[in-house]
Amino acid sequence: MRSTLWQKLFSWLDERLGLNDAYKNLLDRPEPKGNWWNTLGSASLFLFILQAVTGIFLTVYYTPSPDHAYDSIQYIMTEVQFGWLVRGIHHWSASLMVIVVFIHMLRVFFTASYKYPRELTWLIGIGLLLLTVGMGFTGYLLPWHQMAYWATTVGTQIAGSVPFAGEFILKSLRGGPDLSALTLQRFFAAHIWILPALLVALIGVHLYLIIRHGESHFPDKED
Amino acid sequence: MSGSNHISRRDFIKVTTGAIGGFIAGVLGIPSIAYMISPALREDKAGKPMPIGKLEDIPIGTPHPFSFTITKVNGWERTAASYGGFILRKSEDPNDILVLSSRCTHLSCRVNWNETAGAFLCPCHDAKFSKEGEVLDGPPPEPLGHFTHEVDAEGYITIIPVEQKAG
Ligand code: HEM
Ligand code: FES
Repeated sequence: MRSTLWQKLFSWLDERLGLNDAYKNLLDRPEPKGNWWNTLGSASLFLFILQAVTGIFLTVYYTPSPDHAYDSIQYIMTEVQFGWLVRGIHHWSASLMVIVVFIHMLRVFFTASYKYPRELTWLIGIGLLLLTVGMGFTGYLLPWHQMAYWATTVGTQIAGSVPFAGEFILKSLRGGPDLSALTLQRFFAAHIWILPALLVALIGVHLYLIIRHGESHFPDKED
Repeated sequence: MSGSNHISRRDFIKVTTGAIGGFIAGVLGIPSIAYMISPALREDKAGKPMPIGKLEDIPIGTPHPFSFTITKVNGWERTAASYGGFILRKSEDPNDILVLSSRCTHLSCRVNWNETAGAFLCPCHDAKFSKEGEVLDGPPPEPLGHFTHEVDAEGYITIIPVEQKAG
């Protein structure tokens, strides 16, 4: 059979990248009998990617400064074409992601999938849940409207109620004793650089472990 | 499948996958691009007439500098940008005036009038323009631009702050 240019290109790349091997190992894995609850991890991953993409788009216009944060978001909502859509997706998927990640954890708990050899997958999962909530917390302040301002005031005040270290934690979160430009800026940095970087790293290990151990079987009557 | 006018299952899948894929790519792609280039699609409004000086204060025969500031709303902020140029009274005749822009036609640096050289010099790549804006030396492809102006009864000069091509 005469191979087309496309096939030639593919086999050239495959010889060097091992595309077929990667496909076999990553996607062509054996799976236990299908169950919709097992899709929630992938749903979390999808939402994370969606948030990353819409979030990057938002940073094209958003300005993390007390003078302009609110106005820049008004601008996105009223002037930028499809700005309402991009922000809307980011806004609603943020809540959805927390919910989906949480239900994913519940399913892992109820199917007892956290047991040997998947304890580490579970522990990393806890990190992922905390980071996801952290994304929600830091993102909530960014519009810098009344609700955001007071929610963060309250949230950081709660963190400040930790015995002994409380005041230090509160000042570290706010970048000083009060909510200020420093708070907004560091929440922004956490929201777009620090937490996503940690999320990507942990998701990578999480997925590696899933591929390594395979998916657990759904418990049946005998278990 | 030759001779049959049914399309094969394989081809059907190919075509539908292509069509649906294309549709999804469009639904995602068009808003994404529109979102990114949105500010570039806004039209720049022509500015209001700007007063730039009084006839009697301007010497005859040498370019006289002027400048003005235009405030524009860019996104969520007002930005003041300053522009400038030179008024050249060629003779006593109040209508014999040329209002040149100081924006170099090479790559937009600002030219200055140099009395000893008797020319406008551009600091960026050594361009030289005559008193009336023609290119004497250097890389600029065309003469300096100018502003349309008006002189009122009391001798006040106003310009429409939109640069016009020479000629
Ligand atoms: C950003 C958040 C998260 C992402 C993107 C994510 C992604 C995934 C994916 C794609 C799978 C495989 C499919 C599935 O079983 O649903 C999975 C499995 C798993 N996840 Fe997560 N996950 C997240 C959060 C969590 C949390 C919060 C926990 C628990 C504390 C957790 C614990 C586990 C465990 C133990 C498995 C293995 C389940 C099995 O083998 O049956 N994950 N995760
Ligand atoms: S910009 Fe004036 S010579 Fe290049």
